Amino acid sequence: MAKVWVYVEIANGKADATALEILTRARSLDAEVSAVVLGPGATGVASELGRYGATTVYASDDPVYEEYIAQPAAHALHELVVEHGPDVVLFATNYDSRDVAGRLSAKAGAPLMSNASDVTGPSTATTAAFGGQTIVDVKLEGPLKLVLVRPKSFDAEPSDGDAEVISVKAHIPDELKKAKRVERHAEETSGPKLEEASVVIAGGRGLGEAGNFKLLDDLAAVIGNAAVGATRAVVDAGWVPYAYQIGQTGATVKPGIYLAFGISGATQHVVGMKGASKIVAVNKDEDAPIFSFADVGVVGDALKVLPQLIEEVQRRKGGP
Amino acid sequence: MNIIVCVKHIPDPNLPGVMDGFRLKREGVQGVLDPGDEFGVEAGLRLKEELGGEVTLVSMGPAQAQEALRRGLSMGADKAVLISDDSLRGADALVTARVLAAAIKRGAFDLVIAGVESTDGYTGTMPATLAELLGVPQLTFTTAIEVSDGRLRVRRQSADGYQVVECSFPCVMTVTAGVNEPRYASFKGIMAAKKKPFEQLSTSELEVEPDALKPGQEVVEVSLVEQRKAGEVLPDDGQGAVRIATFLKEAKVI
Repeated sequence: MAKVWVYVEIANGKADATALEILTRARSLDAEVSAVVLGPGATGVASELGRYGATTVYASDDPVYEEYIAQPAAHALHELVVEHGPDVVLFATNYDSRDVAGRLSAKAGAPLMSNASDVTGPSTATTAAFGGQTIVDVKLEGPLKLVLVRPKSFDAEPSDGDAEVISVKAHIPDELKKAKRVERHAEETSGPKLEEASVVIAGGRGLGEAGNFKLLDDLAAVIGNAAVGATRAVVDAGWVPYAYQIGQTGATVKPGIYLAFGISGATQHVVGMKGASKIVAVNKDEDAPIFSFADVGVVGDALKVLPQLIEEVQRRKGGP
Repeated sequence: MNIIVCVKHIPDPNLPGVMDGFRLKREGVQGVLDPGDEFGVEAGLRLKEELGGEVTLVSMGPAQAQEALRRGLSMGADKAVLISDDSLRGADALVTARVLAAAIKRGAFDLVIAGVESTDGYTGTMPATLAELLGVPQLTFTTAIEVSDGRLRVRRQSADGYQVVECSFPCVMTVTAGVNEPRYASFKGIMAAKKKPFEQLSTSELEVEPDALKPGQEVVEVSLVEQRKAGEVLPDDGQGAVRIATFLKEAKVI
């Protein structure tokens, strides 16, 4: 039977939500599923990983994995891979896993596929290309294959499974303790989380300047249970914090309604929001790619439409 | 300080992509320096201005990719190396990293800079693989750079904010588009670029095994997905907001 492994990030004692989605999918493949989790709290989440599909969990609570970027984790994971010989290791697409997967690819000489939207077997996966217009089936070769899977590609569903926990005792040489995290800053956001909100209101360059983002907050407030997000371009420009970012880098959202203001629809952004049930877009450029898949598109200035929309929503909520 | 900046020549992202079989067509199409790489070039130039040294651009791509390197030289980089070889068509992230590592290892380096991800392939893993092949640590998703006491101190983007990461040289660093404001190439810079050292290599001139250049993944099928259809698109004649509100009402959001 094929051996499918899932590498699980852990932050603040919690297993990464995307890893649970991937475990759920792995469980449906005809394979022996194991998970690897490294860092403080690892053994504490092992039984949860068992419920989502892992029959074996390789775990270490050593803080070295949290303190230094990628090198210790890639080293330990490589040792495990050499010892146990999985056919494929699946990673969630997030900041730290991309780095660990990239390093393991070099260590093991293993092909690494990014942006998978489905994994169909130990050596086959699919990805979306051209902003989701095409589905590409990819075959990976070699004894070990590595795949980075996009968040929200599957629903996470627990089972009544249980995992055997095996303690990882890797020795991490000092020369791998170089890139050290010395501070962590979480940015405050109010309202529902981007990934959980039923309505997401996002802004891009078309909003003109940082101050205009307040209009999105105001709209979110009148709609209720709505979160505000942004494109990479405006996050990079410093208009809003990183926690707002939706796309390939950043959050993947699947709300009931996605309202895009001043967003053209670059691939980087689209991969993070195309799972929305309904899409509304306002953009000045009638040729903007987002209009080719929006349910309602308004060709116009977002800064004109937004105040009118806030007023209109208020009026209708107040009315019958 | 020897600073290497990895850059990529990509098909103009403002034009629709053209397919060549299962691959994106790269030759004979209008191309540009990946806009994300301008931030890497700028970061390299600023560090050189602060610490002294030299900025070398390294790229892998078709012969046409020299246009992207020329642009980086016009901005102020000192020299450029292009690895161009027909056998590299369809190279994946691992093959690309092996080729760039072999080219970089021909000389000494203190810092290798790259963009977080390319605008065309956006795999986002090549720099980490490159760091491992070079045997150095990596600082990824950098949004602010500082050097003190001969060490790098950077801000690294994270899911809920940012981290501060410290590291000694040599290392690999990836930069986001927010890290700086890239300079424009001046007319003087464009003229000077024509005289700067430019080296074009084939893979046979690098220390890399031919077997290591075979991609370990291939596209076996491309299919069109049932498209989300464009819905109604209307010009904003003053009624746009009303139409959206009605849509929200129908969706029972308000």
